[in-house]
Amino acid sequence: MATGHTHSAARLMMAPSVVLLLAWMIVPLAMTAYFSFLRYNLLMPGEEVFTSLANYQFFLTDPAFFSALINTLLIVLGVLVITIIGGIGFALLLDQPMFGQGIVRILVIAPFFVMPTVSALVWKNMFMNPVNGLFAWIARSLGLEPFDWLANAPLLSIILIIAWQWLPFATLILLTALQSLNEEQKEAAEMDGAGPISKFIYIILPHMARAITVVILIQTIFLLSIFAEILVTTNGGPGVESTNLTFLVYTQALLQFDIGGASAGGIVAVVLANIVAVFLIRFVGKNLEA
Amino acid sequence: MARQGSARRKLVTTVIAWTFGLAIFFPILWTVLTSFKTEAEAIASPPSFLFFHWTTENYAEVQSRSNYFGHFMNSVVIAFGSTFAALAIAIPSAWAMAFSPTKRTKNILMWMLSTKMMPSVGALIPVYLIFRDTGLLDTRTGLVIVLTLINLPIVLWMLYTYFKEIPGEILEAARMDGASLIKEIVYVLTPMVVPGIASTLLLNVILAWNEAFWTLNLTTSDAAPLTAFIASYSSPEGLFYGKLSAASTMAIAPILILGWFSQKQLVRGLTFGAVK
Repeated sequence: MATGHTHSAARLMMAPSVVLLLAWMIVPLAMTAYFSFLRYNLLMPGEEVFTSLANYQFFLTDPAFFSALINTLLIVLGVLVITIIGGIGFALLLDQPMFGQGIVRILVIAPFFVMPTVSALVWKNMFMNPVNGLFAWIARSLGLEPFDWLANAPLLSIILIIAWQWLPFATLILLTALQSLNEEQKEAAEMDGAGPISKFIYIILPHMARAITVVILIQTIFLLSIFAEILVTTNGGPGVESTNLTFLVYTQALLQFDIGGASAGGIVAVVLANIVAVFLIRFVGKNLEA
Repeated sequence: MARQGSARRKLVTTVIAWTFGLAIFFPILWTVLTSFKTEAEAIASPPSFLFFHWTTENYAEVQSRSNYFGHFMNSVVIAFGSTFAALAIAIPSAWAMAFSPTKRTKNILMWMLSTKMMPSVGALIPVYLIFRDTGLLDTRTGLVIVLTLINLPIVLWMLYTYFKEIPGEILEAARMDGASLIKEIVYVLTPMVVPGIASTLLLNVILAWNEAFWTLNLTTSDAAPLTAFIASYSSPEGLFYGKLSAASTMAIAPILILGWFSQKQLVRGLTFGAVK
């Protein structure tokens, strides 16, 4: 069946996507890399000059870069910890027999479909607002002083908002994995006198390991480039307290018009993401073998 | 005795699960409820949960004061346009990779996935400049192009995993039975392929509908989809909770419903079939 003829037909069928993705990968990246070596400001057109590594030096020694890097990692780690632990909890809970399981499941996964700008605005105004927010009302009802979430703990607030959006994803993936666990295996363990805790540690957790890895890897890719939530809630502030790498590059490029510096930042972000991606590609590759 | 114990346990689990489920869902529920309040009631303290004067004035306001419908249509065109474009490009490729694989097929698939790992911010500046110079900034066409390219790897992968499951023997058997190419396509292939294509379409419409980085950076007003339109409420206008909620409800309702229908495909699509 696989003749030379079908192979050349196959190559022809693949050509458009290969060419397009190749262009999509190479053209912007090459341009970004090129710009990163220029002194290039949109406000001073025609004054582009080669500056070697000056942009990188400027970007990497900017104190904002260091805090952006830390914030990027804190967002990824913070959200991962909350969603993995919460996701395991919800998956275990939803796997139990109950009334209206389908409806609860629908309630739990709903936040995943809320667009980032909506969830950011709803949390910012209707929940975290220190005057009219629901949290402030709860605090006042308990006789406490309302807390100005986004002003006093901007990064934590953003982490909580993002965690709310991604908890459903973790729950959904982990629940799917959990439901494929062989019922007999659980029963056999129970027969052997395994309590709920040892059952969880020795049977359920190892079974979910692969799903947990998938959740970690995929969320990391998305969380590294969080943008809309920051733009809408804190605009990166106060100062650079809630600025991540993506947002820093955005401010440098589209607000300060420093194309050269922003490009250097873009390249740094790409390098960082690639380090993560190497692991993901290896992992998915292994799964494809199976 | 045992049955009674398990019935009680089921009841307790039900209560706990519903409590947590409602807690997670609450922000969405609250947004929908607020959208039906007057501005005074929306901001009132203590807040009223159900016993308020229900009104649809916020929806009318959002529609009349801003071009909500225009932004909605932008979202529809961009989400469906980019999905259809990606499908048109990806179907032949995925087909070829699944049914006529070579030694390099897997490497190509891996490489395609790797383009998805590139953070958008590394491409933003060139794309922005190219779009500025070609007049594609703030146009639907521009966003369709970008979102097509961004989602192409996922579309391709999903289709590939679906096509891969179709046994090649069925095709050969149909051919043996003397089915013509057209009959083969209409009666044998299409029924097997359509469900996979449909769920790929669904998942990608959801992803494209909610995509915010590119829509926020490449549009200002004309082509702004709902993601960017809602972001404009981050100005002091956001303090009008009723209108903010009405606009938000209208922005998320269609995709929330689509999402609920496609939970299963979602797991598969987002994990590239690695979790079943």
